[in-house]
Amino acid sequence: MIEVVDVVKTFTVRRRAGRVRRVRTEAAAVEGVSFTVGRGEFVGLLGPNGAGKSTTIKMLTGILTPTSGTVRVCGLDPAHRRTALARRTGVVFGQRTTLWWDLPLRDSLALVRRLYRVEAAAHRARLAELTALLELGPFLDTPVRQLSLGQRMRGDLAAALLHAPELLVLDEPTIGLDVVSKATVRGFLERLNAERGTTILLTTHDLGDIERLCPRVMIIDRGRLAYDGGLERLRAEAGGDRVLVVELARPGPPVRVPGVTVDRVEGPRQWLRLPRSANAAQVVAALAGGHEVRDIALREPGIEEVVARLYRGEREYRPGAPAQRPAAAE
Amino acid sequence: MGVFPWVAWYAFRRHTAYPLGSAAEAVTNTAFGFLRAYVLIALWQARPALGGYDAADAVTFTFLTQALIGPVQIFGGMELTDRIRSGAVAIDLYRPAGLQSWWLADDLGRAAGALLLRGTLPMLAGALAFPLRLPGPAGLAAFTLSFLLATLVGFALRYLVALGTFWLHDERGLQAISLVLSLFLSGMILPLVVFPGALGAAARALPWAALIQVPAEVFLGRREGPRLVSALAFQAGWAVVLLAAGALLTRRARRRLVIQGG
Amino acid sequence: MADRPFDAVRVYALLAWTWIRAAAQYPVSLALLTLGTAVVTSLDAAAIVVLFGHAPRIAGFTAPEVLFLYGTSSLSFAVSDLLVGTTELLGRHIREGSLDAMLVRPVSPLIQIATEDFSVRRLGKLVPAGLVLGYALPRLDTAWTAGRVVLVPVLVLAGVAIFGGIWVLAGAVQFVLIDGAGATKSLTYGGAYLTQYPLTMFARDLVRGVTFVVPLAFVNWMPALYVLDRPDPLGLPGAARFASPAVAVLTCGAAALAWRAGLRRYRSTGS
Repeated sequence: MIEVVDVVKTFTVRRRAGRVRRVRTEAAAVEGVSFTVGRGEFVGLLGPNGAGKSTTIKMLTGILTPTSGTVRVCGLDPAHRRTALARRTGVVFGQRTTLWWDLPLRDSLALVRRLYRVEAAAHRARLAELTALLELGPFLDTPVRQLSLGQRMRGDLAAALLHAPELLVLDEPTIGLDVVSKATVRGFLERLNAERGTTILLTTHDLGDIERLCPRVMIIDRGRLAYDGGLERLRAEAGGDRVLVVELARPGPPVRVPGVTVDRVEGPRQWLRLPRSANAAQVVAALAGGHEVRDIALREPGIEEVVARLYRGEREYRPGAPAQRPAAAE
Repeated sequence: MGVFPWVAWYAFRRHTAYPLGSAAEAVTNTAFGFLRAYVLIALWQARPALGGYDAADAVTFTFLTQALIGPVQIFGGMELTDRIRSGAVAIDLYRPAGLQSWWLADDLGRAAGALLLRGTLPMLAGALAFPLRLPGPAGLAAFTLSFLLATLVGFALRYLVALGTFWLHDERGLQAISLVLSLFLSGMILPLVVFPGALGAAARALPWAALIQVPAEVFLGRREGPRLVSALAFQAGWAVVLLAAGALLTRRARRRLVIQGG
Repeated sequence: MADRPFDAVRVYALLAWTWIRAAAQYPVSLALLTLGTAVVTSLDAAAIVVLFGHAPRIAGFTAPEVLFLYGTSSLSFAVSDLLVGTTELLGRHIREGSLDAMLVRPVSPLIQIATEDFSVRRLGKLVPAGLVLGYALPRLDTAWTAGRVVLVPVLVLAGVAIFGGIWVLAGAVQFVLIDGAGATKSLTYGGAYLTQYPLTMFARDLVRGVTFVVPLAFVNWMPALYVLDRPDPLGLPGAARFASPAVAVLTCGAAALAWRAGLRRYRSTGS
């Protein structure tokens, strides 16, 4: 469905040098990224601000042309076949609407039908389905500018899917949404992928999106693909230290166990940091030998922490040869 | 330092933060200055000494007008309108400072920024291409005062239009009417001295004349001594009347907002 | 880009109609705004009337002659503004990212921008233009040969195309100068103002500029010289008076090229 090989995107940046003089420098937003996404996959694209996520998405949808490398989406070159590609993909920007601000949602959707030349009967069926799934009914006749962010996002999703695209690209679809809207959107995307087989690629800052939806995660950092694989492997490979929370019988000084550092002491509770190399059982045994232990719990690092560590570059993760996936043939 | 100088300073900074957009506007203001100057030169060639002006007066008038477009914001509009429409004005009304004073301070800062960024280029270009009639130090001082009063009147008029948003479903109609009046009756399209009889007299008595026509006359040195005092009094009078009307309307608007709950 | 020219027209009409319907939901506002637009536009005509209240001839031209220029210029400008005037908002679309949203739809972004907020309100500009032209035409002191009669609608149409090309050129400039909208108004609105008056009023260099660089003189001045039977102050060959349609084609072609180049640049630089 998506094939990206050695894609580079550089921008020319003008910087002030002194009062009047400006220097032009080349800045690479994306530096040699390669990946493939197969039909029916649900992939999350993570990365800090300015890492190259949006630039990548824009190259996939034909908004930007890559400086070098090749991109194929649905078998088309987005840079040259932007319009043809637009008929086969749906794109949603969380930060801004693609709907017409002053039109009621229903009219916006009717217009989308005409622009994408969807047959009237197919449109009716699809609109009914999307209206039910996204619960659009109550605000179909409200002008878009009066919709809440959550309603607008659901409207945008409907507009992006009316022409039954094979691929749905979402840029920050849950940004700024309240808990209920987030759950609706996530539930909808999950069903769309599972039942319709629509390939979905989304960028997000919300790791909840990733944990809930994406079996596969790609992390872009400083223009490079820092990770590509499952969530579990990410945890295991990139994953920081585990934490052992111990509750002793009485407060005391930090315990001394070889290979373990005490992060925090709070009354009888102590937080012990275990490196990946440490054997948890041995540590527990050593503890029990010297102290009276009331309770003990082992915490795996949260996904937030894993990703934060990756962003900070504490652990360079370099995938070897890109995983060989069957090319998304037409 | 009180809060209002700070508001004005902040507005000045905000409106001068992106000078490119203002510079682009200044280019168009200057281009129109040239086009309108040639039209008036043609008229004064056919009718020298029309309205007591000579061609140099008319040309100076034109470029001055173009330089004042930005500072007195002759085409109308105020950010307050958007805040009323979005309901954000409720926040402004909760401030311990008065709504009108707050926005007046903001507008004075904006006007200063606009004078700098949009007023300089038309005058400079006009002075390079034509023999303009420039005032001496005393005239310049008088003009500064007159310009300040013009800014006050301009603000007061636009503030009244902006407050209309509280009551109107769509304020753009009101803005269109206000635009017509301020373009035609200020001297922006043509100096009011070429307006015929009653129309000219009426235009010169209405507040829009305080925006362009009167400051331009002060600039040209056509108002000196007692006539200067009467010119400034005319501007100040309209400023007081319109600002008072604005204060009254602000009270009404506040009451309306409290009753309707925003 | 749309697949075929016919398709572009279909999509344009579709988008324009949608906007018109949206505006029509508030008929009172729409009527007031249309009226307001008409009145603002007629201020320039009022200025001409005031000017000629003081002198029977200005720069060698009479009031009906100048009103003829005003009528043709503002008729052409109003129609071109209605069709493609919103391309001047390109810079804003780039800043706000809405151009990206347009680029993921299967329709030319030029059509999408041109139809944005398409409103009959802008038809308000046609009213004073039409009225003034209707007033001026029978008062012209000219021998109405068949050629002159035919040339009037031709010059209006060519004027629409030339102004249209200038709108799109001015929009395309903003691919490079995002904050340039304020300056490109010199060409669009400035051009509309300039062509309301006989070019004999303006400095010779300015006239050369609007003849050979930005072809504003071909909007109405050149053909009007033929209609009004006047000599050309620049002394160009007589054929120049009939060159407006050809100049219109050239201007539109240049505008299309500039737009494509601008869009290509935007897509390779992302800014």
